[in-house]
Amino acid sequence: MATKERIALTGNEATAMAMKQINPDVCAAYPITPATEIMQIFATYVADGLVNTELVTVESEHSAMSATIGACCAGARSMTATSSQGLAYMFEMLYIAAGLRLPIVMPMVNRALSAPINIHCDHGDSMGTRDAGWIQINAENVQESYDNLIMAMRIAEHPEVQLPAMVTFDGFIISHAMEPVDVISDAEVQEFIGEYKPRFSLLDIDNPITVGAIDFNDYYFEHRRAIAEPMINGVLKVAEEVSDEFAKKFGRKYGIFQEYRMDDAEVAIVVLGSAAGTAKYVIDELRQKGIKAGMIKIRLFRPFPYKQLAEALKDVKAVAVLDRSDALAGMGGPVFGEVRSALYDLPVRPITTNYVYGLGGRDITLDHIRGVYGDLLSIANEDKVPANLVTYLGVRE
Amino acid sequence: MAKLTEIRWHGRGGQGAKTAALLFGDAVLGQGKYMQAFPEYGPERMGAPVQSYNRISDEPINLHCSVTEPQVVVVLDPTLIGTVDVIQGLPTDGTIIINTDRPASKFKEMLGLNTQKVYTVDASKIAKETIGRDIPNTPMMGALVKATGLLDFEDMLKETKVKLTKKFRNKPEVIDGNIKAIRRAYEELKAD
Repeated sequence: MATKERIALTGNEATAMAMKQINPDVCAAYPITPATEIMQIFATYVADGLVNTELVTVESEHSAMSATIGACCAGARSMTATSSQGLAYMFEMLYIAAGLRLPIVMPMVNRALSAPINIHCDHGDSMGTRDAGWIQINAENVQESYDNLIMAMRIAEHPEVQLPAMVTFDGFIISHAMEPVDVISDAEVQEFIGEYKPRFSLLDIDNPITVGAIDFNDYYFEHRRAIAEPMINGVLKVAEEVSDEFAKKFGRKYGIFQEYRMDDAEVAIVVLGSAAGTAKYVIDELRQKGIKAGMIKIRLFRPFPYKQLAEALKDVKAVAVLDRSDALAGMGGPVFGEVRSALYDLPVRPITTNYVYGLGGRDITLDHIRGVYGDLLSIANEDKVPANLVTYLGVRE
Repeated sequence: MAKLTEIRWHGRGGQGAKTAALLFGDAVLGQGKYMQAFPEYGPERMGAPVQSYNRISDEPINLHCSVTEPQVVVVLDPTLIGTVDVIQGLPTDGTIIINTDRPASKFKEMLGLNTQKVYTVDASKIAKETIGRDIPNTPMMGALVKATGLLDFEDMLKETKVKLTKKFRNKPEVIDGNIKAIRRAYEELKAD
């Protein structure tokens, strides 16, 4: 069994520590608000000589991703970290990282986008980049943020995947909150992630390649189709394998989503991020009263585990999908759209409803979640589709 | 479900309410319990009212909502009383610990508290005499442990010394001053 040390860390500190243990070849960063202190802490590791990383300080988040892409093309294990507006500013380069099949791994702290100006938790930033070709892995707490980053290296760099990965966790609620973390030793992290062997490198002068060539209607489609392939087939399989290996080595099992008290559940919430923890508390309460409540915590949002999720929800009567962002499409949040779509092919479908909650850091309380389960129980008992498909939870109307 | 204790720290920007919650959280973990420590972030300015929080339990803590009904409130600056509702959500059997040179009875009356326990300690004076500056956060940790019995005091002191040593490895006088301050506040805490 692995060595165990339990220490108190914030989400930012745990992430910076995982980055130190990963010891990437190159990090590019533009650490300014609303970026978090991840890069600031990591920069102290660089200054103290605790990592071998070449830290490139650039003049914007767009440049941070550009430099990371350049380094990765040169064959370096490359990382950066961002949040909110910073991610928005990287938008153009995110697609290029995926299109070039670069296994860049990036911690991403979920914070609201302007306007109005707000720095608090909201999933609108990462959700806005959900179709960029990045793997997205979400965390419930500090421990999971730390573990996900280490696992993400293996998933992104896997020969069947070769895609960038965004490892997200909730702004302030996790990023600035201190919790106990069982940390893995540096040597064990290194052993787990292994040596990075890029398939192609611009510095490999014996095998010259072209990166970023023009690719019109002759081959663009084939290249984009090739990116879709791991999202359809490879990533979920690899993520399961990596999760199993991680569990065997370090004792914490995650999978592609977590089923919490789902065995005989009649009503269930689907949620991602820190609110999943608060929901667990409510489920334990309801279970003590004999109410068959459960929850699915989405961990991989990209690719989305449609088939596995439908299987997990097929016997549930009513499902509430909780979204910490609004797709502004006229029908609730992005998680809702995916979950509803996943359930469509079931011969008997659960009734689904959507709650948009917590925008801009608005607290989601135990009473909010109790209320959602109350609604679900009425829907399940009356077998009736709710009048409001989408409810804005805890907002002043 | 395991017993959960929630604590709210009230201070002003610069007084170390956040640091107190983090240091206390670390000490809790050192005694094998589970904990969370988190500040409430707003516009960050010196002197503005700020809050921070701890959750403590013998079992893992899943909750990630705000703390709204803390069993214990620690007030680092008595001038907040009247400006900020420091007893918001405090249950009838709750505990409030105030950094002040005035008697607890004054605050009992001012806050309209009947059943709650009110403790006072002059943490500012202690801080000035031991650390050399009016930073009342660490002494209030000693007061908190005395008032609540949540942790073993000597172990907490040992744990905090380790943390402070890491943080102030080039300023041993700061470490000793803080440790003295915590012990004095523990000894000088007054009940109502």
